[in-house]
Amino acid sequence: MTGVLPIALEEATKVIQALLKAGKEYVGVMRLHEDVPERKVIEVTGEFQGKIYQRPPFRASVKRSLRVRTIYYLEILEIDGRDVLFKVGCEAGTYIRKLIHDVGKALGCGAHMQELRRIRAGPFTEDFVNVTLHDVLYLYNKWLETKDIRILRRFIMPMEKALEFLPKVFVKDSAVDAICHGAHLTAPGIAYVESDIKPRDVIAILTLKGEAVALGTAVASTEEMLKATYGIMAKTERVLMPRGTYPKMWK
Amino acid sequence: MQEIKAPWNIKRELLVKSEDETNPRYGYKPEERPYPDIIKFGIINLDKPPGPSSHEVTAWVKRIMEVGHAGHGGTLEPI
Repeated sequence: MTGVLPIALEEATKVIQALLKAGKEYVGVMRLHEDVPERKVIEVTGEFQGKIYQRPPFRASVKRSLRVRTIYYLEILEIDGRDVLFKVGCEAGTYIRKLIHDVGKALGCGAHMQELRRIRAGPFTEDFVNVTLHDVLYLYNKWLETKDIRILRRFIMPMEKALEFLPKVFVKDSAVDAICHGAHLTAPGIAYVESDIKPRDVIAILTLKGEAVALGTAVASTEEMLKATYGIMAKTERVLMPRGTYPKMWK
Repeated sequence: MQEIKAPWNIKRELLVKSEDETNPRYGYKPEERPYPDIIKFGIINLDKPPGPSSHEVTAWVKRIMEVGHAGHGGTLEPI
């Protein structure tokens, strides 16, 4: 399969766990096994939006028990005879090949996936700083020759990009190093907080410069975080920033 | 059926709890990281070619970029 494959370097590999759980978007071609009226194709595929049950295929690397996955949208872009061009936005861990097989069964004619390309993995899309292996080779060698850092910026994105769609909490300089040492996020350390955070949400903890400090799990809602004067607001799950980046301002 | 929004279609608002300033002596804005931090805390959004596995492609990037570690976010395997 071709398409968007974010590759994290060195310290940035720590954000991969957030990317693996991020939603994906694909375009593909479904081949129908019999002629079906266009109207029926559109109607039946529409029913596969929302929460669906899916049993992972035989060759899958996970346990083959029925599981629930969310299809955010499944749009038909074009129909050419038995070939149906579609775009799907889905939760991580959705098997598109299986989804298409199930759409074929629901249509009564059977179908299989002819082609598939991933156009989004979380915040990474094919139309924003998406590079080929050839680009990487060329640009990295050009950087070695010129030592012009702008060349690196042309194809390397900061790891914070991976956290773009996580709810965010921005913390004061004085709270950063404690979190780097594994301390949980407490109310006085918070400067800014995004709306709609609920307990148990995975959140990104960032500095006021926008640097990633840690991934955490909220134990309070946005409203509670805004009101609280003490207490743990989020548990630190994965520290992303090396200790000592900010001064130690705790005992 | 109830529509469930994709994470990339959800808009959040930034709310102020306690205004504060950050000391420019520590850290960097992510987009202003100097070398070698720009690589050390960097992600490449690769357009994977057909053929090689996600794992192989990641190994190539690791070798080209002369880094010790590299990992990919979500396998793209043969269909």
